[in-house]
Amino acid sequence: MPRSEDAVTRTRLEPSSVECLCPSTLAVEVMASRRAWRPFADEIIALLDALSQDLMADPEARAHPDVIAFAFFCRRRNIDRLKAAWGHQVSDRLGRGVTFHIAPANVPLNFAYSLVCGLLAGNVCIVRAPSKPFAQTAVVCRVLGRVLASDAFAPLGGDLAIVRYQRDDDATAMFSALCDVRLIWGGDETIREIRKIPIPPRAFDLTFADRHSLCVIRAAAYLEAADPARTAQDFYNDTYLYDQNACSSPRLIVWVGTPETIHAAKQRFWSAVHACVQQRYTLQPIVAVDKLTALCRCAIERPDARQVAMPDRLIDRIRIDSLDLDLDRYRCAGGSFLEYDVVVADGPAPSITEQFAGVAGAITRRCQTLSYIGFQPEELRGWVLANRLTGIDRIVPVGRTAEFGLIWDGYDLISCLSRVCDIR
Amino acid sequence: MDLEAYFAIAPYSLGRESKRARLAETLCALTRHHYQACPEYRRILDAMQLDPTSARSHEDLPFLPVRLFKEYDLLSVDRADVVKTMTSSGTSGQRVSRIFLDRTTAAQQTKALSRIVASYLGSKRLPMLILDTAAVVKDRATFSARGAGILGFSMFSTDRVYALDENMGLDRAGIEAFLDKHTGEDLLIFGFTSIVWQHFSKELARTGFRPDLSRGTILHGGGWKRLLDQAVSAAAFKETLRELCGIARAHDYYGMVEQTGAITVECERGVLHTSVFSDVIIRRARDFGVADVGEPGIIQVLSVLPGSYPGHSLLTEDEGVLLGEDDCPCGRFGKYFKVSGRIRNAEIRGCSDTYQAGTQ
Repeated sequence: MPRSEDAVTRTRLEPSSVECLCPSTLAVEVMASRRAWRPFADEIIALLDALSQDLMADPEARAHPDVIAFAFFCRRRNIDRLKAAWGHQVSDRLGRGVTFHIAPANVPLNFAYSLVCGLLAGNVCIVRAPSKPFAQTAVVCRVLGRVLASDAFAPLGGDLAIVRYQRDDDATAMFSALCDVRLIWGGDETIREIRKIPIPPRAFDLTFADRHSLCVIRAAAYLEAADPARTAQDFYNDTYLYDQNACSSPRLIVWVGTPETIHAAKQRFWSAVHACVQQRYTLQPIVAVDKLTALCRCAIERPDARQVAMPDRLIDRIRIDSLDLDLDRYRCAGGSFLEYDVVVADGPAPSITEQFAGVAGAITRRCQTLSYIGFQPEELRGWVLANRLTGIDRIVPVGRTAEFGLIWDGYDLISCLSRVCDIR
Repeated sequence: MDLEAYFAIAPYSLGRESKRARLAETLCALTRHHYQACPEYRRILDAMQLDPTSARSHEDLPFLPVRLFKEYDLLSVDRADVVKTMTSSGTSGQRVSRIFLDRTTAAQQTKALSRIVASYLGSKRLPMLILDTAAVVKDRATFSARGAGILGFSMFSTDRVYALDENMGLDRAGIEAFLDKHTGEDLLIFGFTSIVWQHFSKELARTGFRPDLSRGTILHGGGWKRLLDQAVSAAAFKETLRELCGIARAHDYYGMVEQTGAITVECERGVLHTSVFSDVIIRRARDFGVADVGEPGIIQVLSVLPGSYPGHSLLTEDEGVLLGEDDCPCGRFGKYFKVSGRIRNAEIRGCSDTYQAGTQ
């Protein structure tokens, strides 16, 4: 047993507490003795492509746009593109061994993306799926189980397991004891709880803590753009689609321009977003109360806070005149936005560092995604790097904040989940 | 605030139009008062760009979410004038509301409560059986909602006995002695709904002890959320009490520490009634507009009593339905309604688990 000396604890499981969603039986001992693959191994790419094709052909999967988006992510053409991007950087690498992924409870498919990262980096993966019974989770597990059961992929049978269990420290301890990397999604509280459970000495945790995000909009560029409804839909996908509760969902909106263009842009933008939200979003009563509470909290603590009038409570807007490091205190899910104007006079524009001097003051290490309209991503990255900001590790156009990538939260997941075999 | 006009009349005697006029006047005046006296309240109204003098009816007034009292100390008087600080009940680790009362507000709350209760029990004081333990009222410095409720209702009694010992077990001997002493008298029975169910009804059923409480009227409130979790209906709750100890008259009440005194009590028809001291407005989540009769929404509660803290208009986290106004067959005037549950157990998407964990 190559791993027994590394193991911190080995807890015997009640068979009933852990449900194996895919494959049908859990063979922990077998998994622990498997050897890691090289990153982007042909066998793994073939498996993901087969999964992709089966998902796209599955009537139930087709009913869920997020499952189809996942299927697209897994298709050979996309993975080949990713492989080309990593190219020779990973040719001297192997997966670290066993990765244990703890997915958040309330996102249906994060577990699947996390699994794909672990597999592509070359690891044997144990994935804890959300404890809530999402239809999307069930579909992906069913189809993946079918693919794995085919003769072509039988050799990969011991390389992955998707499990589900209610809060159970014994089960978490058992999987933790045999992993080389533990990926903890689900935010600060979950991380704190899981970290109490030990992992072997050489193993480490990759944690995805609570983050928050912002959006910058150049007013003039927005007004020139053709299709406000399309932009509104993109913004909706970044925010309301996940109750504005994903770490990549912007909460602070920074407007840049002359007072007149900012005014006109806000009018057009918010009325288009409102039309979109009105059609698609159900505001739950508790969310409406939470948003009112957030507004009151902000008002009490910030004399500059002003509520911006809207026809209803679907979109809550709070205008503030200064930015500081505590903005996260007023965050609230379900469509509550802080707005800040960067007023730029007509004429030659000052440098982005000068324009964004106030914005830089609000960037903490908890800032994750900067989404934008009307900027060049290079100039925004230049601003982050030149000013050595402690946060922002993703810069994406509006509409793509939720798009998954192999670089997440500032981690290159392929590199983090593999090891280098160095020669001198 | 001079509330003499409210105390001069019977608590369920105002018809819609005169009640609206009175509430508009008093509640608008309270809004102006708190705007002047409570800096946090003023900042909230300023941020909402609401002019405290502009409201014409009490539906137009702003409302604070009750949770704000858990996060901030909100006072409209000097701390030196605070004679009593009330806290909401909460399990350990949960934040509790802190409500600051000066002499005037405390006295008005007591007086309003006595008017409301007397209209159900009569003005004669009765021997009182408290279905709880004396332990909850031991610390007089801070009043939990449970303790405050017991002490508040104790004022309507002559003799008091606690039916539960300090371990929340039935004090059978104490109950029997109390009943012997008051044979043939009407009784006031009081308790928190979930405690009555858990520690009294279930214990009677288990032990076979059957005290004769057929001359008693029970007032119970609070903790009904926990009963909903156990799927105990109001009808089953009452029927069980009737079977086990003969209690024929049971009145649920809906109230909260943030608006002590202005409780709404269930009438003989099983619906909650607002008194002259209070009102409820059911609001739609989408725009906080006023819901129609029969349409479920978020319960806003209004009370003319809070002068020392800005709690005269609050948005609760409870869902309810307005059933009508002035025309309940029981004969009481004022709005009548039902509370249907909590709005807090909603599901939120997103990548952080904490939102849920923090609210369970």
